[in-house]
Amino acid sequence: MSAHTGTGSRGSSAALRRLAARYRRQAPGEPRAVGYLYVLPALAVFGVFLLWPLGQTGWLSLLHWDGLTRASWAGLDNYQDLLTDPELRAPFAHAAVLLLFYAVLPVAIGLLLTAALTRFRIRGMTFYRTVLFLPQVLAMVVVGVAWRAVLAPDGLLNDTLGAVGLDGLARSWLGDDTWALPAVGAIGTWVETGLCLVLFLAGAQRIPRELYEAARIDGAGPVREFFAVTLPGLRAEIAVALTLTMVAALRNFDLIYITTSGGPGNATSVPAYEVYRRAFESGEVGSASAMGITLTAVIFALTMVVTRLVEGRRR
Amino acid sequence: MNTSRTERGVTYGILGLFALIALTPVAGILSTALSSQSSLDTGFALPDGLNWGNFADAWTRGHFGSYLFSSVLVAVAVVAATTVLATLAAYAFGTMRFPGSNWLFYLFVVGLTLPQEAVIVPLYFDLRHWGLTNTYWGLILPQTAQSLAFGVFWMRTYFRNTPRSLLEAARIDGATHWSTLTRILVPMGRPAFSTLTVIVFMWTWNEFLMALVMVSDEAHRTVPLGLAFFQGQHSSDTALLAAAATLIALPVVLVYLVLQRRFIQGMLTGSAKE
Repeated sequence: MSAHTGTGSRGSSAALRRLAARYRRQAPGEPRAVGYLYVLPALAVFGVFLLWPLGQTGWLSLLHWDGLTRASWAGLDNYQDLLTDPELRAPFAHAAVLLLFYAVLPVAIGLLLTAALTRFRIRGMTFYRTVLFLPQVLAMVVVGVAWRAVLAPDGLLNDTLGAVGLDGLARSWLGDDTWALPAVGAIGTWVETGLCLVLFLAGAQRIPRELYEAARIDGAGPVREFFAVTLPGLRAEIAVALTLTMVAALRNFDLIYITTSGGPGNATSVPAYEVYRRAFESGEVGSASAMGITLTAVIFALTMVVTRLVEGRRR
Repeated sequence: MNTSRTERGVTYGILGLFALIALTPVAGILSTALSSQSSLDTGFALPDGLNWGNFADAWTRGHFGSYLFSSVLVAVAVVAATTVLATLAAYAFGTMRFPGSNWLFYLFVVGLTLPQEAVIVPLYFDLRHWGLTNTYWGLILPQTAQSLAFGVFWMRTYFRNTPRSLLEAARIDGATHWSTLTRILVPMGRPAFSTLTVIVFMWTWNEFLMALVMVSDEAHRTVPLGLAFFQGQHSSDTALLAAAATLIALPVVLVYLVLQRRFIQGMLTGSAKE
């Protein structure tokens, strides 16, 4: 940065004149200062209601504040607590479990189904695609209400278990200390699998048919065909699917709020829910902000890792 | 290609099973919404007739009429504001070069993965300070800001992909940058705009956390928030709860069924890919 300002100050009036001359030209795609004018309204709204609060969250995370009285300086205390306080660490551990259910499982199921579905032309694919993608467009609040009815003590799942003689397995899924988290995770799997499948099917259609034919001529069975042709051909789609589902898993607030409110105990508390609870219910604004910032950092890091590893991009 | 009959059978079987799993909770809600209110079962219920009255009850007793009004108002405003602002900014990013344009564009792209939890806390204190909590503005402005990340990203791709020659021709004909945008690029971009519209509409319609934090009075409650409170108060009233859930999901599902391709296309670009 400093090196550039050094050269800029020398003969700046000539440079300015050159710049001005460049901007006077009218060709689209050419350098034009009027671009700033077009960007300005969007940037203003984006800046005031997103970027500025983001900076403020960073600032608040360095304070002890209950939201009412005077705040006091905390330094990195709030972040240190995230590492040492088991009550603050637990939400992140739960989020890691949910990542399995929201991202890993749907991608795996999606890939398996894609392998089966690309072997020949499926009739009525539009119908299946529409149905499988449907959970994605439902409000999470609605999904939560629907799944509470499935997982309730007298809900569909327990009724089904009873009907096939497995009464012993029936339980209050969302009220059970061990089973609440996997139960919420299963809802995530239900929501995200369709997205992965639709994405992979679209990608598989772009894989040249000749590659499959070549593989078959070489005597490859379905399994070898999958690993040699389908999987490598879907690299980009897998990266997109992982990114979308992981972000969905970590942003997960609505579903937890509706189904369990973090309970029983704190068995299903996740960072997104803890931010809300601490900031607006228990008056620990600084701690909530530190959690929000950490969650953001985790999301950015994971997104970056996925893009690099799976897609193999160098940038 | 040669595939055996059993393989086909198994494939359709698997597909059917997954379709069934995807549809069961949805069908359960629909069926419960039409069942009678006397049922004490908190699970799904099979209707003993078509009790359309549940919807009327949800509308009046559950106040969903007024919640729907709030939701429609906020969604329309956010979609309109996002479309206009994103188009203007994306036009500059997509067709003009100016110092810092890449840097500014990436600033918007960051918003694609930014979780709401990173901004919601100070945003609440700011909006309260400005007197915007418990107003529609308190819902419209932050959600517009959030949607702009996708909007700018999406529309820039559209402007990037319009043929250079078209812009050149417009310039030779003496069109200004403004008339090139309004007379040529906007009318041409209907597919891009319809994707943007349905995606932003869906996000805004389904938004929960923002409404939960910014709105505490009943007058400005949107439908997802209404459903959450309704569940808290009438959790044993499964038929009404299901009817309310159906009312919320219906508008988006209907648009989805008509414009399925646009939905899928837009949602799958949600991850920043450059």
